[in-house]
Amino acid sequence: MSERYGLNKNLAEMLKGGVIMDVSNVEQAKIAEAAGAVAVMALERVPSEIRRVGGVARTSDPKMIKEIQAAVSIPVMAKVRIGHIVEAQILEALEIDYIDESEVLTPADDEFHIDKTAFNVPFVCGAKNLGEALRRIGEGASMIRTKGEPGTGDVVEAVRHMRQMNKEIREVQAATKQELMAIAKDMQAPYELVSYVHDHGKLPVVNFAAGGVATPADAALMMQLGCDGVFVGSGIFNSGDPKRRAEAIVKATTYYNDAKIIAEVSEDLGEAMSGISAKSLDAHDQMASRGW
Amino acid sequence: MKKIGVLAVQGAVREHVRMLNQITDVQGLAVKYETELDEIDGLIIPGGESTAIGRLLRDFDLLDPLKEKIQKGLPVWGTCAGMILLAKKLVNDDTSHLGVMDIEVARNGYGRQLGSFETVVNVPEVAVEDMKLTFIRAPYVNSAGSEVRILLKVDDRIVACRQNNMLATAFHPELTEDLAWHRYFVRMVRGH
Repeated sequence: MSERYGLNKNLAEMLKGGVIMDVSNVEQAKIAEAAGAVAVMALERVPSEIRRVGGVARTSDPKMIKEIQAAVSIPVMAKVRIGHIVEAQILEALEIDYIDESEVLTPADDEFHIDKTAFNVPFVCGAKNLGEALRRIGEGASMIRTKGEPGTGDVVEAVRHMRQMNKEIREVQAATKQELMAIAKDMQAPYELVSYVHDHGKLPVVNFAAGGVATPADAALMMQLGCDGVFVGSGIFNSGDPKRRAEAIVKATTYYNDAKIIAEVSEDLGEAMSGISAKSLDAHDQMASRGW
Repeated sequence: MKKIGVLAVQGAVREHVRMLNQITDVQGLAVKYETELDEIDGLIIPGGESTAIGRLLRDFDLLDPLKEKIQKGLPVWGTCAGMILLAKKLVNDDTSHLGVMDIEVARNGYGRQLGSFETVVNVPEVAVEDMKLTFIRAPYVNSAGSEVRILLKVDDRIVACRQNNMLATAFHPELTEDLAWHRYFVRMVRGH
């Protein structure tokens, strides 16, 4: 493991137990920071708007990212299209703290993900299952998140992805050493990483929830399922009272095992994002199926 | 048996707990309720985001009780964000959190994530052997009062210091396999 990769993995460790919020401008970034976000994801349109507007979704304007970097003291992340090496180079030139190679944007390469070992800045990638997570880590991702179904406000896909990951981790852990190569073959995942999961019973990097989290209860649910922290995209700034909702989700993520506190912070938050059922989406509208 | 709490509102909590539990006659435990503060002999405030931790300490009425305990002598060790939380003053920032330690701290002192680094040092008071230190978007101490004893400077910047029952480090010993700093803090707790 290179020194830089270790440092990048460790930044993600510092974000644990925290909430990372999608923001589209300086004002939102400041609200997020004041509410207790551990990082912000700078992007021009949150996933639900990307769905509404349609067309090709690309990385954000560097100007907007720089304004947000100047406005907050917490880490700033931004998204690039799957496989778009140059968008990632641009973000590295901006000294972004974390790059999200994200299925929320329109993929630029339908065959290859970015070789993340070629970069000094860290990458987070989405995964629906253990094999996908280990492939991304094999390419150099230093943080994983569930894909969920972004921009829907429907948590069902994130839950499915996390449960799937947990189930597969338990299976790998319970397997004998002799079985590991066959598992690596079936999962299409690097053998060394399968071995790591076998020995440690967890991913070698931090694993956050993302995609469809809209309420404090959703955030706590994902934490109870074993996520290390939570990304909230459209759920906050598409709701009736973003500031209160942001604060409530932060509190529910810290006290995810304390139903009394979650009940208290869930009170009177105003309208949640209206949302769409993930099941009602046509196949070509499902962002989770982008990437492999 | 000494019980050492790790403040568990956000950040790298389990790494500290894991390190503490490797030391004989020490039990590490995550704490996030006021009543739990009464049951511990020492407290580690871990790395994380100081703005988030500070906000949660206020929201859940933990800031004042914790401050009082530290002022009454509870041994406390802040790593990275924990150092920021202990500081009386922050550079270019009017806020302070616990404000118990007479240091002025520069947040993100080494810039963004590309500025994160590792280095090897020797601190005789802490351990005979060399130690590898990990700095992640780390702060440093810009200036320290006369009561504060400087334990380590890296490139002329103060990155570890102590004031009576309080220890502050800009780096993360919990991310290494080296127990030296945790043992040092346990000695502080035992001596208390």
